[in-house]
Amino acid sequence: MFPDDEIVSALPRVVMGETLAVIIDYDAGNLRSVQRACAEIGLEAEITADPERVKQADRVIFPGVGAAGSAMRSLCRRGMDVALKTVIDSGRPVLGICLGLQISLDRSEENNQRTLGFIPGDVRRFRFDNPELKIPHMGWNEVRVLKPHPLLEGIEAGDEFYFVHGYFPQPQDQADVYAVTEYESEFASAIARGNYFATQFHPEKSGRVGLRLLAKFKDWDGRC
Amino acid sequence: MLSKRLIACLDVRDGKLAKSVKFIDTRDIGDPVEKAREYYEDGLDELVFYDITASSDKRNIMLDVVEKVAEQVFIPLSVGGGVRSVADATDLRLAGAEKINVNSAAVQRPALISECAEAIGDQNIVLSMDIRRVERNKEFPSGYEIVINGGRTPMGIDALEWALKGEKLGAGELVINSIDADGTRDGYELTLTAMLAQAVRIPVIASGGAGKPEHLYDVLTTGKADAALVASMVHYGDYTVSELKKHLHDQGVKMRMSW
Repeated sequence: MFPDDEIVSALPRVVMGETLAVIIDYDAGNLRSVQRACAEIGLEAEITADPERVKQADRVIFPGVGAAGSAMRSLCRRGMDVALKTVIDSGRPVLGICLGLQISLDRSEENNQRTLGFIPGDVRRFRFDNPELKIPHMGWNEVRVLKPHPLLEGIEAGDEFYFVHGYFPQPQDQADVYAVTEYESEFASAIARGNYFATQFHPEKSGRVGLRLLAKFKDWDGRC
Repeated sequence: MLSKRLIACLDVRDGKLAKSVKFIDTRDIGDPVEKAREYYEDGLDELVFYDITASSDKRNIMLDVVEKVAEQVFIPLSVGGGVRSVADATDLRLAGAEKINVNSAAVQRPALISECAEAIGDQNIVLSMDIRRVERNKEFPSGYEIVINGGRTPMGIDALEWALKGEKLGAGELVINSIDADGTRDGYELTLTAMLAQAVRIPVIASGGAGKPEHLYDVLTTGKADAALVASMVHYGDYTVSELKKHLHDQGVKMRMSW
């Protein structure tokens, strides 16, 4: 007796001896740097623009740089929004990075764009009183962990990650905020809910501490 | 708080590391992939590769170098030198470059900046400017002029005007390279750097003239730069990346100190 196809596709592929990790390709940035960093920590991830492939995956990385408007159009045109929702609802681990994080919220001030709404909240443009603060927020900055999460294990005070962004996430529910970073004021730099975890910084460009976060994602069962 | 960045620039000719002195006399000093790895492990914040290969049929060598570096160095990697089109930029991005530096070709055809920004994102386009000091007059109100071809060809464009135009066209960052200071090891051009850094909203990288740790301190404080670019002072072993960072940190400059 075999369970029907739908159930099979929701099961982790570990039982069959092989797991599938994918990086979602939706014309939003340099995915190969994410892929290379994953390879470095022993996670062979496939770059795919095929939503069916994403639905089959055991773990999904949702990166992205660029503007919210064109990213949303590109995602929806491919049916990738639905595929992502399927994976998130199934409890399998998903890692959002940078724009991936931002368009997981409800709305972005960038292009005044309605976004995926996996986590309640919106994305706002940096506005500073201090004219010397540069936009985008570009470079290395400290990530202060507010509460423990399996992917944030090992981060110590003073550890810095690489950021490049002109807009910042503002989750509605403080419970979804796991780490913050200061740029004039504090913003959420890591958010999570259930099997979904996302960073505003780029772990793939953050040296050893970034690679460690990716390694934790590789071993994460989606629970926190 | 955002850290100031220490960036090392590796000039590459025919796949080998070279360092220009006043852009003219260049000599090979080693393997770029090895150097990149060494600096990364020593805490470097960002890497820049500048392709100074003369003949265009050897340009693929650079893509190989970028690819090899991207496989083992997990910090931002910026590549420039001879980028003339969106296709050039895209090739380098696919090979593993995060950011693309445009320089001479953008001076000759400014739309290159907006085209690249559109194709690969504003934050990934770095406008690199070679600048020389001139007499301040009506043509050059800032007292600085844009030059190309490694400093040999003056362009009759005011440096401040070009910086503002570059920002408007979509550059995500500026490299301010002083031709007068380059290779002298006498320190960065502080007046020029501060003037441009305060005129634009995007981050500014100071380049040319670094010889001592104090020079880095000066340009990151008085010079208002967001990042300091070094070359010969680390390539020849006079200082290590971590020594420079520690010096700056000890002087009170916010630097990334754990890696």
